[in-house]
Amino acid sequence: MARTIAVELASVTKRFGDVTAVDNTSLQLYDGEFFSLLGPSGCGKTTILRMLAGFEYPTSGSITIHGREMGHTPPYKRPVNTVFQSYALFPHMTVEQNVAFGLEMKNAPKAEIKTRVVEALEMVRLGEYGNRRPRQLSGGQQQRVALARALVNQPEVLLLDEPLAALDEKLRKEMQLELKGLQERLGITFLFVTHDQEEALTMSDRIGVMNRGHILQVGNPIEIYERPTSRFVADFIGETNFVSGTVCELHGNIAAINTAAGQTLRGLAQQGVQVGQPVTISIRPEKVFLTPISNGTPPTPPSKHMNAMPVQVERINYIGSDTRIIVRLHDGNTFDVWESNTRSTLDRDEYWQPGEAALLSWPEENALVLTE
Amino acid sequence: MAEETLVRPLPQAAARPAQRNRWGERALQINAFFAYFFLYAPIAILVIFSFSNSSFAGVWGGFTFDWYIRLFQNARLMEALRNSVYVALISTTLATMIGTLVALGMERFRFKGRTSLDAVLYLPIVIPDIVMAVMLLLFFSTALQLINGMFGTAMRMNLTTVIIAHVAFNISFVAVVVRASLKSFDWRMEEAAQDLGANEWATFRRITLPLILPGIVGGALLGFTLSLDDYVIAAFTTGPGFSTLPIEVFSRVRRSITPEINAISTIMLLASVLLVVASQIFQSRQHR
Ligand SMILES: Nc1ncnc2c1ncn2[C@@H]1O[C@H](COP(=O)(O)OP(=O)(O)OP(=O)(O)O)[C@@H](O)[C@H]1O
Ligand SMILES: [Mg+2]
Repeated sequence: MARTIAVELASVTKRFGDVTAVDNTSLQLYDGEFFSLLGPSGCGKTTILRMLAGFEYPTSGSITIHGREMGHTPPYKRPVNTVFQSYALFPHMTVEQNVAFGLEMKNAPKAEIKTRVVEALEMVRLGEYGNRRPRQLSGGQQQRVALARALVNQPEVLLLDEPLAALDEKLRKEMQLELKGLQERLGITFLFVTHDQEEALTMSDRIGVMNRGHILQVGNPIEIYERPTSRFVADFIGETNFVSGTVCELHGNIAAINTAAGQTLRGLAQQGVQVGQPVTISIRPEKVFLTPISNGTPPTPPSKHMNAMPVQVERINYIGSDTRIIVRLHDGNTFDVWESNTRSTLDRDEYWQPGEAALLSWPEENALVLTE
Repeated sequence: MAEETLVRPLPQAAARPAQRNRWGERALQINAFFAYFFLYAPIAILVIFSFSNSSFAGVWGGFTFDWYIRLFQNARLMEALRNSVYVALISTTLATMIGTLVALGMERFRFKGRTSLDAVLYLPIVIPDIVMAVMLLLFFSTALQLINGMFGTAMRMNLTTVIIAHVAFNISFVAVVVRASLKSFDWRMEEAAQDLGANEWATFRRITLPLILPGIVGGALLGFTLSLDDYVIAAFTTGPGFSTLPIEVFSRVRRSITPEINAISTIMLLASVLLVVASQIFQSRQHR
């Protein structure tokens, strides 16, 4: 499917003095998609957003919106609107006046402003709050006013900088769904900045994972979680176990790795992995099996496509939906294993005990061989 | 969506310590009483004696409006009043505009030498009036000499020089007050406005100005009061024949304190109270 490109960053670099906030980054957003920028604090997410909004200009590189070069276009001439983390509602205006502000600036006819403001407030279910002042509203309501104030202008792209960060857990979950529903209904391109990976996975069509001014990987939530292409992404999204070693054999896309402890493990190799290369294997804690070793039974892997190693159970953390077990490998490192509590495990006697010997195994395609 | 509280709950009043220091509290009450007494007793006496039917300022001789009527018939006092209001209005307007721009510039931009400019800005507030007055006198006489020498004119110090002098010290006061209100101004408001399509001017007029207006009005009011009040600087920078009210009052007091002085002081007091009340009403309307 050929998709129209809404936003394009081409080799954009932004420096503040000697800090490089965004480093030679390229990115394309498609029309109507919900795109999240995800990354740790200080990685340059806000800087990218501010360059799109026009509050900062790139040191080098170009930004285009629907094919139009933005250059040094000031914020008030750009076809984008922003929802700020702090909401930034105007305290001296009513909710209605806040929402009408953008349309007034465009000199829209009075009658049109009126109907569109009412529509926008209905859309965020604040129809009856038009005459309130922003500070008479709760955090969630203020957030929705900020949303209405931006969306009423029908921007080509809506920029959202951690808009939910200030809300409490429950409200945040509700707003996530509401925001996603709104985006699907309106079909406006959303560029959503967050450092909450769960939020990004829940809401996004695609995610760009950033670190230190670079976008390391772009993909849909499943690709990002299941096929991270770097150690950073594997570590940042969800939880994972790392084992390092050197590639000793390659069979198609399966690589065999010698670990420091002298074991041979197999895993899915990403493109460009070469024999003799130092690598890291990433294995998600929910993608492994832990089986008890009854006294005397030798540890044998269930099939030849399984990796297996004997371990000792160290700690058991029961957290309701899962049981999180920390096991110790023979080389002394620990390894996280999550077991889904599909059966009732009230009878703890039948369950894992600290100190118990067990066999840790996983299908080779569940392990990813990463080069960086 | 779940029920939300529509209005944020007020913060709970801080719990008082269970053991109260009764003597400490007493002492504070007495202290407050004396503070108010020393502040307001002279004012009360002044107002009362302005209605006293006796030509000695401190003697009660029955109620009368005479002093007020005489006041308005006294051409010299009335002219001095007009001069004072004229000087205060013009110097406050100019100082408010310049001071606000200075404050905006200093709060908005981080530039080299900002700290030293900061210090310079506070200078007129901290240096004694008399030093400021002598400085300005020297400045004006030199400047006028130079101009008169160059163009063959015969300009002398008059109310215009007083206005310039008042602008010079009021800029600092206005800038300081406006800067204080800018400290609590959220600059992201300006970005939000620009994001919604407001250019720099619309942003200033619709967002920044209304939000910092209480500070500007406060600064202007302070400037107006200081200008009306000023004796030292006005006395040094005005020319013969141009008296402001404080100058006129002072020259009369040197002869004798008449109830007329009480009356004019009462009027000035009333005027400043009205100004303050007006600005309060105005400010509370801002954030209705
Ligand atoms: N105006 C500025 N002046 C100097 N340095 C800046 C400026 N804005 C951002 N930076 C720097 O650029 C880097 C990226 O900042 P940015 O705000 O884009 O991070 P972020 O990913 O949004 O982080 P967070 O999740 O904490 O909001 C940081 O090192 C920051 O200190
Ligand atoms: Mg940020």
